Amino acid sequence: MIKKPAQGMTLIVKTITRYTVVLILMFGMYFIMNGHLVHGGCFAGGIIVALSIIHIMLAFGKDVAFKRITERAIKLCIGLGAFSFLLLGIIGFTKGAFLYNFFRKPGVDYIGQPFSLFSSGIMPLMNLAISLTVASGFCAIFLALIVYKPGGGDKNTGRKL
Amino acid sequence: MTEYFLCLVLFCLGLYAILIKRNLIKIIIGLAIMEYAVNLFFILIGYKNSGTVPIFSSLKEPRPEIMVDPVVQTIILTNVVIGLAITFVLVLIAMRIYEKYGTYDIRKVNRLKG
Amino acid sequence: MLTLFIILPLCGAFIIFLAGKYSKHISYFMGWFIPAILSILSIKLLLAKEVFTYNIGGWAPPLGITLVGDGLSLLFLAVVNVVVLMAAIYSIPYIEKYTSKWIYFALFLVMHASMNAALLTGDIFNLFVWIEIGGIASYILVSYVVEPEQLEASFKYAVLSSVGLLMVLLGIGLLYAYASTLNMADIARVLSAKPNPKLINFIVVLFIVGFGTKAAIVPFHAWLPDAHSSAPSPISALLSGVLIKSLGVYALIRVLFNVIGMNAQLKEVIIVLGCISMVVGVLLAFYQWDFKRLLAYHSISQIGYILLGIGLGTPLGILGGLFHLVNHSVFKSLLFLNAGAVEYSTGTRDLKQLGGLSGKMPITGSTSLIASMSIAGIPPFNGFWSKFIIIFACIQAGKFWLGFIAVVVSLLTLSSFLKVQKYAFFGELKEQWKELKEVPWLMCLSMIILSLMCIGFGLLLVPAIRSFVFDPAVSVLLNGIKI
Repeated sequence: MIKKPAQGMTLIVKTITRYTVVLILMFGMYFIMNGHLVHGGCFAGGIIVALSIIHIMLAFGKDVAFKRITERAIKLCIGLGAFSFLLLGIIGFTKGAFLYNFFRKPGVDYIGQPFSLFSSGIMPLMNLAISLTVASGFCAIFLALIVYKPGGGDKNTGRKL
Repeated sequence: MTEYFLCLVLFCLGLYAILIKRNLIKIIIGLAIMEYAVNLFFILIGYKNSGTVPIFSSLKEPRPEIMVDPVVQTIILTNVVIGLAITFVLVLIAMRIYEKYGTYDIRKVNRLKG
Repeated sequence: MLTLFIILPLCGAFIIFLAGKYSKHISYFMGWFIPAILSILSIKLLLAKEVFTYNIGGWAPPLGITLVGDGLSLLFLAVVNVVVLMAAIYSIPYIEKYTSKWIYFALFLVMHASMNAALLTGDIFNLFVWIEIGGIASYILVSYVVEPEQLEASFKYAVLSSVGLLMVLLGIGLLYAYASTLNMADIARVLSAKPNPKLINFIVVLFIVGFGTKAAIVPFHAWLPDAHSSAPSPISALLSGVLIKSLGVYALIRVLFNVIGMNAQLKEVIIVLGCISMVVGVLLAFYQWDFKRLLAYHSISQIGYILLGIGLGTPLGILGGLFHLVNHSVFKSLLFLNAGAVEYSTGTRDLKQLGGLSGKMPITGSTSLIASMSIAGIPPFNGFWSKFIIIFACIQAGKFWLGFIAVVVSLLTLSSFLKVQKYAFFGELKEQWKELKEVPWLMCLSMIILSLMCIGFGLLLVPAIRSFVFDPAVSVLLNGIKI
């Protein structure tokens, strides 16, 4: 008989998780990077990257998962991703219109080589920024739902997250 | 034609769950079912008979006339994210209501009256 | 220039999110500085008297989203930004009692950005997205103080508002399937070329239900008393003063007048809804002994006045409706800020326990007297002029009984506010309130500025000023009426 450990899941799940987490993370990164060529992009790719971190948390317990990726890092990533998306928009604002694709040269229809990975201007950069925000936001919400202990709280304490 | 009809039936089932059920969590699930129904409705709008995926594999083909509508897919993505945010906020509020009132029953969560 | 209204508050919100936990002064500074810049900019744009457009990303319509600032949008923009500035100045001392102030200011700025963007956008799905964003920010802000009643109010508000907006989404889907474009001007062109009465009637019903839930028209008003009385006071002032107008009434009249043309049948529906809102709101406000709940019910009644004025469809009626909207933003925010000042000093909102406060809190008492006289329609304050124009427009259109109902509702409003003034500010000073002090000077400053606007807004009817402020808005709405 295999005893259930105090934290996380049994031995089989832990062994498989060590291999599959890397694959899920790589698939998520591939999904994000190819957002401008095939289906994919920021939202779904960000969720897949967040799922890999949640996979570790479900299999090993939340203390192990959040020792390396601290809460402060997650909150920093949310703000950084959103702010860098706005910054890309503002750089476009100074060169033409808000959210203008400032790699565009006038008169040429395509930016870079069509169908190659490093083409189409600011779209891969925007994909990276939004997927950073979505992944860390999803992790932060999951953390808030798991860490929350019922039965506490007194008057005039500010917020839940 | 029957697909649209079934889609509206799903919408009404979600509305039924929000109106009739007494548990807070079931109300949230009813709201989620309504969102799925609206997303399904958008997919049905964008479909074209024997259309293909709206991705160019080279500069000339597939021709844009036989692709399904990509604008509708963008609308659905945005909807899914908005629905995600609303569900998170509602679940967090429901958890706090359980802590303060001690029950999920909406007949007992009614201190604001009149 | 128009994108600054969206970029600046979002920038401020993200900076506060990144750095606000470590330094309090960044959140305070961004909280009042950004609304100040934007209110000056919006008044400058209003006085320039031309139509501004901007293509986001450089994509020409109908491929991309355009921002359009015509007469109606610029009027609403000026009102929204000035009231948000007043609420931001008020909330700096108010929020001292609570923790996590940076979340408050970050969400405040996100709500401000969403209201600005919903007024400026020219694309119907973008309007829906910004309404949802503003809604989510306000669900969290309503339950900012985590007590049982606020959470229950926030849950009710969130569920009702989400269901309404899903109906709007269904309507947008049907409209897109019919017109195959999302740009509002383009849809208007397509709909006038190939009309289809049955489909358009169904879409109009969905839009009235959905936007009516956001604007608190009477069958869909059940969330408003709970949410507006449970929120912290500057948020109540914003919710009741600008959010239900910018995200609710503006969206309804923009879609009904400019995208789907208005005809006689639709005008009847809006007039009936307005009348029912007026009467039900003021009758339900009689039994209330909670200060903010009474003000929330009066909000429903005044929105009925606005819909009555706009639904008449004549130039004088639309002028009266829009003028009453501007006035209501100003005096209802002032009333909610007064209620907040009373709650800040005494700790209670129950009218039966208050009494004789105007001796101890002179500024709050006098501004509350000015605001009560404005909402009841006593000359020469601004409420009198707008109600007079609406009643006159009813009689001019030949609907005498509507004018009669409007006068009766105005008298009932007066009686309700006499009750508030008697119980809260005049009368005997009770034992426990002997040591009251006036509220901090920042809160007084915003209340004084709003009351000066209450006194002075009657001047907006002078024809020289009216040609800047109201005539472009009225002509935008009048162009969309067929028959």
